[in-house]
Amino acid sequence: MSWKDYIKENMFPLFTCAGCTHGTVTNAFARVADELKLDKDKTVIVCAIGCAGRIPTFLDFPVLRVTHGRALAFATGIKLSHPEMKVVALMGDGDALAIGGNHFIHAARRNIDITAIVSRNEIYGMTGGQYAPTTPPGARATTAPYGMLEPAFDTCKMAAGAGATYVARTDAYHVQHLQRTLKAALEHKGFAVVEVLTSCPTQFGRRNKVADPAKMLERIKALTVTQAQAERMTPEELEGKFVIGEFVNTSRPELTEIYARAFAGMGV
Amino acid sequence: MSSQLIQGNEACAWGALKAGVKFCAGYPITPSTDVVELLAQELPKAGGRFIQMEDEIASMGAVLGASVMGEKAMTVTSGPGFDLMQENIAFGAMAQLPCVVVNVQRSGPSTGGATLPAQGDLLQAKYGTSGDSPRIVLYPNSVEEIYRMTIQAFNYAEQYMTPVILLMDEIIGHMRENVDLEGVGDVEIVSRRRTDVPPAEYRPYAADETGIPILMPFGSGYRYVVQGMHHDVNGMPNTGAANVDATIRQINGKIDRHKERIWLWEEKETEDADILLVAVGCVSRSALEAVRQARRQGLKVGLFRPITVWPFPEEPLARALAHARAVLVPEMNWGQLIHKVKEVKPDAVKAVGLNKYDGTLIMPEEILKVIEEVRA
Repeated sequence: MSWKDYIKENMFPLFTCAGCTHGTVTNAFARVADELKLDKDKTVIVCAIGCAGRIPTFLDFPVLRVTHGRALAFATGIKLSHPEMKVVALMGDGDALAIGGNHFIHAARRNIDITAIVSRNEIYGMTGGQYAPTTPPGARATTAPYGMLEPAFDTCKMAAGAGATYVARTDAYHVQHLQRTLKAALEHKGFAVVEVLTSCPTQFGRRNKVADPAKMLERIKALTVTQAQAERMTPEELEGKFVIGEFVNTSRPELTEIYARAFAGMGV
Repeated sequence: MSSQLIQGNEACAWGALKAGVKFCAGYPITPSTDVVELLAQELPKAGGRFIQMEDEIASMGAVLGASVMGEKAMTVTSGPGFDLMQENIAFGAMAQLPCVVVNVQRSGPSTGGATLPAQGDLLQAKYGTSGDSPRIVLYPNSVEEIYRMTIQAFNYAEQYMTPVILLMDEIIGHMRENVDLEGVGDVEIVSRRRTDVPPAEYRPYAADETGIPILMPFGSGYRYVVQGMHHDVNGMPNTGAANVDATIRQINGKIDRHKERIWLWEEKETEDADILLVAVGCVSRSALEAVRQARRQGLKVGLFRPITVWPFPEEPLARALAHARAVLVPEMNWGQLIHKVKEVKPDAVKAVGLNKYDGTLIMPEEILKVIEEVRA
């Protein structure tokens, strides 16, 4: 087995634009799946709508691709009815945090054993470049012709606040860090959230003077700082930056285990 | 077990357990909540799981998540919650995942009256979602029939691989009747088909001669994609015209071609009826009383009661209208069932609606009054 065995290469090409880094996330996920020797028949991938929601159909697992924002709701039904399955939800930022925000916070509260990977490209790509709850203030989008007027979500703080027991941020530029983080999240027992900064040169870049895929990656490099670097920076210096690394790695009872204990000796 | 007084909502939960439900996700809403309360208590004993989700959208999603794993799954709601479930009901119809959705109807629109009976969701149950997708909708009119039709709803869902809606009335959901559940007898329990085709040759959405696909549970060694986007026989995205055409034909055609096996209805005194009543649920009980009283007066009045509301039993109704000069449709809404009746009836037959939307039951006397008007 190689990492390529986790991808349906015979279904290629991908539909994504040149320079899109959602493919980088998919690639990293396949490599980590191979590293962990994930059992293809004991793992379910759940995804939904948007660019990040469509790519997972190219992974060689059982894949449930659902309605916009609802990946974690469906994933909850899978995991609770079949706790023996490894359940991974691959989502975009609009998917997970806007339309799916309610499901996101409740999955975190329940600490159900699902790995939630959120690709943050800061834009609605598939629908043509509308602003997301992650679009940086001032950035241009088709529905923000005068610049983004709203503040952006801090996904990791929200996940931690709602009770996720693993929370980390990584990005598509630092691919070794990306793989290490995905691996740690997949090995975690409980609700694990990984936010991955990705780039959309077509819909975000073109409107924000970074249309070149390489420049988009350099932008990610410039925007990210490690936790150690962040400690030495002032709040002003940290403004608009993304700290990458692990923010939460803790343990508390997981939902399906609580159910199993509560109903031990009952049923068939 | 001898007969006992049980509530319609309780009968629904017991019917689901008899059918083999293993997963229920729900969100509290009057007047349906008794069903999930009983399932929360009983499902763990049956080796199943109940979860109260954050809303009805999530409930419907979790139910379909359990269904893709091969489990019999259900949710229970009422009007405003049924609104929220529509997007994932459509997903279930498109992806061809079986499940049962119980809607104990209340007065609407919007918040309306939580404890007031109404029959306002007859059309929504079929047409509440975007695009063209089929729906099997059953509508019982007694506590005992709720028990049997809940089992039937699971059977149809599993057999035809589609969400099945069980429409109930607030009145019967909260009414107690003397029922001997065990006396209902050996009811058939249907589970979805499986295949032994090797995974490499398996094409999940390539239906066989039945027109119904065999979806192997996730985790059973068959890897494929289940999604709401137009998809090919492997479940992969495909919006080519021929493929889209085939998908729409498959999901709608499988119900159409088996409709005669899905139709359930009841007739009383229809053989010579020149005035035919068409009514469902609680109103059919008033209608039956009206038929009895009219017959005592020597009037040729009959009742046709669809139990399967969708697909609508068109031919059986057409046969029951053979001697009719008028068809009277009493219903607790602005006029919904009558649309389908008008579609079926011959031009010479006069269609008359009796509509009540004040949150109270249509009484037999009200129906008899309209029968008099029709005769005059």
